[in-house]
Amino acid sequence: MRFIDEYRDREAAERFAGLIKGITTRPWTIMEICGGQTHTIVKYGIESFLPSGVSLVHGPGCPVCVTPLEIIDQAIAIASLPGVIFTSFGDMLRVPGSAKDLLTVKAEGGNVRMVYSPLDAVTIARENPGRKVVFFGVGFETTAPANAMAVWQAKKLGLDNFFLLCSHVLVPPAIDTLLSSPVNRVQGFLAAGHVCTVMGFEEYIPLAERYRVPIVVTGFEPVDLLQGIYMTIRQLEEDRAVVENQYARSVRREGNIPARKLLRDVFAVCDRKWRGIGVIAKSGYELREEYAAYDAGKAFDVAHITAAESPLCIAGEILRGLKKPHDCSAFGRGCNPEHPLGAPMVSSEGSCAAYYHYGRLLTTPAEATS
Amino acid sequence: MTEDADLAGGFACPLPLTDHKTVLLAHGGGGRLTQQLIQSMFLTQFDNELLAPLHDGAVVTLGGARIAFTTDSYVISPVFFPGGDIGTLAVNGTVNDLAMCGARPLYLSCAFIIEEGLPMEDLWQIVLSMKKAASEAGVMLVTGDTKVVDKGKGDRIFITTSGIGLVPPGVQLDPRNARAGDKIIVNGPIAVHGIAIMSVREGLGFETRIGSDTAPLHELAATILRSGDNVHVLRDPTRGGLASALNEIAGSSHVGIMLSESAIPLTDEVRGACEILGLDPLYVANEGKVLAFVPPSSAGEVLRAMRAHPLGKQAAIIGEVVADHPGVVVMKTGIGGMRVVDMLSGEQLPRIC
Repeated sequence: MRFIDEYRDREAAERFAGLIKGITTRPWTIMEICGGQTHTIVKYGIESFLPSGVSLVHGPGCPVCVTPLEIIDQAIAIASLPGVIFTSFGDMLRVPGSAKDLLTVKAEGGNVRMVYSPLDAVTIARENPGRKVVFFGVGFETTAPANAMAVWQAKKLGLDNFFLLCSHVLVPPAIDTLLSSPVNRVQGFLAAGHVCTVMGFEEYIPLAERYRVPIVVTGFEPVDLLQGIYMTIRQLEEDRAVVENQYARSVRREGNIPARKLLRDVFAVCDRKWRGIGVIAKSGYELREEYAAYDAGKAFDVAHITAAESPLCIAGEILRGLKKPHDCSAFGRGCNPEHPLGAPMVSSEGSCAAYYHYGRLLTTPAEATS
Repeated sequence: MTEDADLAGGFACPLPLTDHKTVLLAHGGGGRLTQQLIQSMFLTQFDNELLAPLHDGAVVTLGGARIAFTTDSYVISPVFFPGGDIGTLAVNGTVNDLAMCGARPLYLSCAFIIEEGLPMEDLWQIVLSMKKAASEAGVMLVTGDTKVVDKGKGDRIFITTSGIGLVPPGVQLDPRNARAGDKIIVNGPIAVHGIAIMSVREGLGFETRIGSDTAPLHELAATILRSGDNVHVLRDPTRGGLASALNEIAGSSHVGIMLSESAIPLTDEVRGACEILGLDPLYVANEGKVLAFVPPSSAGEVLRAMRAHPLGKQAAIIGEVVADHPGVVVMKTGIGGMRVVDMLSGEQLPRIC
């Protein structure tokens, strides 16, 4: 299949593996930001192509994983209300809240529907004027434009029964937080190609300069990742720290300008809590004042709902790249995809789930942690 | 239970411990939760030697004849889909369960649960599809039942079919029979049916119409059994996809399975749809597909015979049974890495991005 097979080609993968081996003289620790990249790394066994000193740590780029527990609980509370149709992307439905997940709400009779686009939720709102239709708007800059478009369309159509439960997060402030931590061990970053397709990569340049780290915008196929890792290690070995673009077939420096304009029109940057990490300043989107009528967090009485994480779950350390799933005492025992303690075990992009499904028997136990 | 326990009121088994207080959709998804439900609820109470193999059907000996007996319910939505409808599926699915026991399918029963308000026209079309499928499979629908439920208490129409067939002497198929060295053959591209159904569900408009591959497999199964000495296992990988069927067999036979990703037949349309939706084709449902576990000595002959059959033109050896890692399915990926192919966990849900 064109545009896919080229990037899953065995010879190309082996060529980049050879190049990486040829230039690597020291151990390096590289973080891939995006959960989709984590998934590819584990699914295709990318680590088996790398020299033993090169360590990949998995970053906080799984939207399902970083959505705070209280927002999940708020979603569950809203979805349980009579007269509500609660819509969501598929993989949010199984994320455990404090007491249950959205699939359980559905099993108990709640009107919970999986949709493939927030615009489908707008259509449902048009077709069900007597009901309140809520879309669970989570994710990074990648999913934000479609959610902004849904709200923009709802306003244009004059709908008063469409709401967005918004928990959008932004990548650059998270990188800043990770790099400014005294326990940081990440020496280079693979930035998420899809996020940069929307936003471009200019905002990563000051981060690379300030913290002296290479940042390589990288795609999601196995050969993309091997090439991105090669470009990162080449910078590290040459003592350079700049932003480079491996994913040039999709990413332009300035990003997608109409999408960015829509984001600015609909959303304002706000402080946002990240599951397992805590509040990061200016790291999320909220609906602007002129769209406040579409904000499910305001339209429903859920702001008082708070929640506490399972004390056994080390998701916070995993999301910050300090530990790997194997380091968790609950991994595969008290915590598995049927009975997850934390979100990284739920989403197909979560690093715990990726390790559980693909790597349990084949990946060696993690190297020493922080 | 001690002897002095009070049994006057009758002995009641405690509710088995499960993670879920209510039944979830995933309990019917063919993956790990389905397995848990079968193991903890049904097997503990219904346990007997005919049920124990957990085959697609039971094989019972009656008056010297070996009879395969199976049942299946069909609750598919939408009722009509590209390549077939619920009626086609209700006949072919049960015919195939018999075929996987090595049986020649003979007689089917048919029970309808119909929701009030179903257009007669739709019911007629379903009945005609069943007649056509039965005629193609050489089976007769010999008994049945009809129930109608209130509007809102069903989803248009549910059909349950049961079937019996005759197992020829010498045929010994059992999911516990896979042996190290066996070659694993599939008769064609996987994941077609699941994607065909998804393509017509709300919200997905694909440019290519992908039709379901539902088909009666009894002739192909007979061809496989004729051409290969000592075929060990036949299995139609339906719900839960190829991955779940292989995991079940690896578990039942206490063997490992090594797949080769590049050998698994897949059409471009299905691959593309899976890429867009973030689905793994190994977990997408199939109809009209059979997995054959064949000793290496007869694998070449079986493959040739399958390719000569209209339903096996694209048959391929996709892997083999190994003595290592019993109970676990491992796949060599297209780029040369290795990964575990786990059983479907919950429902396969499309990813956010």
